[in-house]
Amino acid sequence: MIGMLLLIRRDLMLAFRGGTDAAMAVVFFILAATLFPFGVGPDPEVLPRIGGGVIWVVALLAAMLSLERMFSADYEDGSLEQFVLSPLPLVLVALAKIIAHWLTTGVLLLVAAPVLAVFYNLPAAAFLPLIVSMLLGTPTLSLIGAIGAALTLGARRSGVLISLLVLPLYIPVLIFGALVVDGALAGRDYGNLLMVLGGFLLLALAAAPWATAAALRQSIE
Amino acid sequence: MQGLTVKELDCIRGDRLVFAGVALAVKPGRALLLSGANGSGKSSLLRILAGLLPPAAGSLAWEGENIDEDTEAHRRRIAYIGHADPVKPGLTVCENLEFWARLYGLEPEIEPALYQFGIEQLADLPARYLSAGQRRRLTLARLAVGQNSPWGPPLWLLDEPATGLDPSAVAMLANTILAHLANEGVAIIASHGGLLDESLSGHADRLDLQDAAP
Amino acid sequence: MLHRFANPARFSRIAATMLPWVAGVTAILFIVGLYFALFASPADYQQGETVRIMYVHVPAAWTAMACYTFIAAMSAISLIWKHPLADIAARSAAPLGAGFTIIVLATGSLWGKPTWGTWWVWDARLTSVLVLLFLYLGHISLTHAFDNPARGAKAAAILALVGFVNIPIIKFSVDWWNTLHQPASLTRLDGPSIDPSMLTPLLLMGVAFTLYFVTMLLVRMRADLAATKARALRLNAAE
Repeated sequence: MIGMLLLIRRDLMLAFRGGTDAAMAVVFFILAATLFPFGVGPDPEVLPRIGGGVIWVVALLAAMLSLERMFSADYEDGSLEQFVLSPLPLVLVALAKIIAHWLTTGVLLLVAAPVLAVFYNLPAAAFLPLIVSMLLGTPTLSLIGAIGAALTLGARRSGVLISLLVLPLYIPVLIFGALVVDGALAGRDYGNLLMVLGGFLLLALAAAPWATAAALRQSIE
Repeated sequence: MQGLTVKELDCIRGDRLVFAGVALAVKPGRALLLSGANGSGKSSLLRILAGLLPPAAGSLAWEGENIDEDTEAHRRRIAYIGHADPVKPGLTVCENLEFWARLYGLEPEIEPALYQFGIEQLADLPARYLSAGQRRRLTLARLAVGQNSPWGPPLWLLDEPATGLDPSAVAMLANTILAHLANEGVAIIASHGGLLDESLSGHADRLDLQDAAP
Repeated sequence: MLHRFANPARFSRIAATMLPWVAGVTAILFIVGLYFALFASPADYQQGETVRIMYVHVPAAWTAMACYTFIAAMSAISLIWKHPLADIAARSAAPLGAGFTIIVLATGSLWGKPTWGTWWVWDARLTSVLVLLFLYLGHISLTHAFDNPARGAKAAAILALVGFVNIPIIKFSVDWWNTLHQPASLTRLDGPSIDPSMLTPLLLMGVAFTLYFVTMLLVRMRADLAATKARALRLNAAE
């Protein structure tokens, strides 16, 4: 446990001092979402209808964009080898890196999401469902994404490869995340949809650190 | 059987047989200097000894006990220094070293270790400003932290540790290794000869991996 | 070095003796199956002659899914027992599976035009198959993304297992999404009840597709083994 906290603290320090990397994901998130009205027109009838889906799609892409950096620095400078040799089990190393990734991207997306909700004229009733769905969904993105990031360490064109590996696996989160917002807009009960998102999170939490650890181990062989 | 014993070790990388039938025995207080041309498998051997790479065949034993029996215990007994320097440019010299010391459960006595490698004045400097040689010194300072801790690892695996070091730093490294050996430690060092080999020659055996080429 | 090739060499020999037989049976089954599918079975009273696309579409879908299951099983064997043949089997099977998946999508689209009036419908089944194609493409890309082929094989094996666990979740999500976004007013790709006269060609074609997969798998695995051996010989000769 102490080892995990140490690792999370280190990654947060690096993120805040390094600065731009984490901020980039949020800037991309907002920028990409503002492109859609240019493409489909600023019709105040249309925007709220597509808003939930667009915000979720863009959140997926923004989370994915930051994945490549998740392990690559540690892989290149030999830190990963030292993690493998450290007393901290590799599964917990993976989990700590995933938590740090979520704190430096998922949480920031969560904070920026209301801004986009305003841009898309989402009614006030949709704000809370959007935030809660992202709160439950974005950790799953970090968990699944970690597998892709670890599998592509040392690969050629790893950035493109990660998207090919990870985006299909993101589809369930996207479906239910967007359905929550749609449900709230249509006045439907969305509690069961949130439960499904929570279920995905638990499943990913149980499986992804192990898969990531296996991928990390084979990356240094 | 004391120290490290290795029998009939084979290593395959990709489809290539790198070395075959490597045997070695290093007793406490002794060092082993690995030599051989590029691609002869010095790094692979060290990585196998560290448990980072599974051997194609052969057995490894510490104090007569096979290391596969308890890989966790094996991890605790080694200090491995690879080619790269696991140093984060965004952290200070002190923070870098302290992170590794704490993660490895060692006493975070940072200053003496920095002093041992002559970088104590850089302690609060972000590591991005270090030269390659200074980064190497910082990496090696982890050995000193382990050495000064009561449960420091007894088996050092060093992959060309003197790369990029100036002669005075090589002397500091040699002194650190000699102190480790005097403390009944074991060190296995891949090297291309030079000052470090000369300083250790009285306490070291040699193994040329060229002899184990298939 | 020998122990590493002993087993694959035996496999190569067995595969070589099996191949003509499997290939022959595949060819015969295809001829008989296609005869039943195209001539000896009735046209559907609703869909007319287009129903015959089903005799390619459905067996291809079965094989595409079976192939992914096969890859997942091989990946588990490779990761647990480190059997070298399992890696080769997995990476030989993946492009075949992708091919079957493309056949499913293409025939589904051809069937959709006369039946639904459009080439593509976001039907739950078709959408799931599209995601399956992406999983296949990811697997193939990852296999070949590394300079060290052993690295690619291991990474792809982990990915295949992760994908295998995810397939039911993706299927469940897509089904839910589909029912919420469009009520099930469309004719499903395979009707609720199948007449025995249609079942015969369907099963014949199903077995034919499976055996075709086995034939191509054996061919590809033998080619892969030969290439690996050639590379090893060249590398060891260089020393």
